[in-house]
Amino acid sequence: MARYLAPLIVFAVLVGVFIKGLDPERDLKKLPSPFLGKDAPEFDLPNVKNINERVSSNDYAGEIALVNFWATWCVGCRQEHAFLMELSRETEIPIYGIDWRDRLEPAINWLAQLGDPYVASGFDADSTTGINWGVYGAPETFLIGKNGRVLYKHLGPLNRDTWEAKFMPLIIAEQGTAQ
Amino acid sequence: MNRLLVIITSSLVSWSVFAIDTGRAFDDDELQARYQSIISEVRCVQCQNQTIKDSNVQIASDLRREIRRLIGEGKSDGEVYDFLVQRYGEFVLYRPPMRGITLFLWLAPGAFLLVGAFIAIRVVRKRMSMPLEIDDEADQVAN
Repeated sequence: MARYLAPLIVFAVLVGVFIKGLDPERDLKKLPSPFLGKDAPEFDLPNVKNINERVSSNDYAGEIALVNFWATWCVGCRQEHAFLMELSRETEIPIYGIDWRDRLEPAINWLAQLGDPYVASGFDADSTTGINWGVYGAPETFLIGKNGRVLYKHLGPLNRDTWEAKFMPLIIAEQGTAQ
Repeated sequence: MNRLLVIITSSLVSWSVFAIDTGRAFDDDELQARYQSIISEVRCVQCQNQTIKDSNVQIASDLRREIRRLIGEGKSDGEVYDFLVQRYGEFVLYRPPMRGITLFLWLAPGAFLLVGAFIAIRVVRKRMSMPLEIDDEADQVAN
């Protein structure tokens, strides 16, 4: 019996592996961030609204924070902007922006016209910070824990569904831990 | 005839002349060779079936700039690859190292071959030790 069953089981396992690997639902464009669970990269950039000031990752040290990469040329960023505005009103969690590979003047206008959900936005014109964070397509949103680790990274426009399904459980768990 | 000539000459155009980086990155031949070899081993994260050497999207040119900078700072090839993997994951390497899940991919074909060979040898041995009469009987039944 075993001699007939064994090849069948091996075959079934292989089919399983391939179906999982070739999952038609998978999104090839979405790469897992290698920073998940690790220390978030740092940044230190000029402030978009006041180029003589600095914004840096030290500003949210010890706090749960969001770091959102955006740009005025980015369609997805315009899509998520209204939700970021709502979020900034209804949550205590500070949102830091990084204006990624953009020009200053349109960025200032963007914040003036659409509203500014950010505590502050760093200006990363040449993508040095973007590369350090492994960013490859705006918008990208990182959830940073109290200990400075990356808890989650979301690729693409943020909306309420994603926020409630992916971010909130992690935030509630993180709020329960001591720093 | 003229048309044929046009077709032949246009097929001889060297498209590499229109490559993305027209200038050299380094004057030094050795550094330039290292730069060329690294950028043809790194996947463009946005345009996933191209190397960053072949892609002209912004992120590819940003990564080429960082690689130029790192080589210029005297970093080794390994350090350059580490820099990229740390930020973008092993996915960016066209030839991921042999460890973890990739080890399975590398070794599985050989393992399957060995298992197959083992089974084949066992079957042949078993058949060889069978008395020949059985075959005769089978023939007779078949006839």
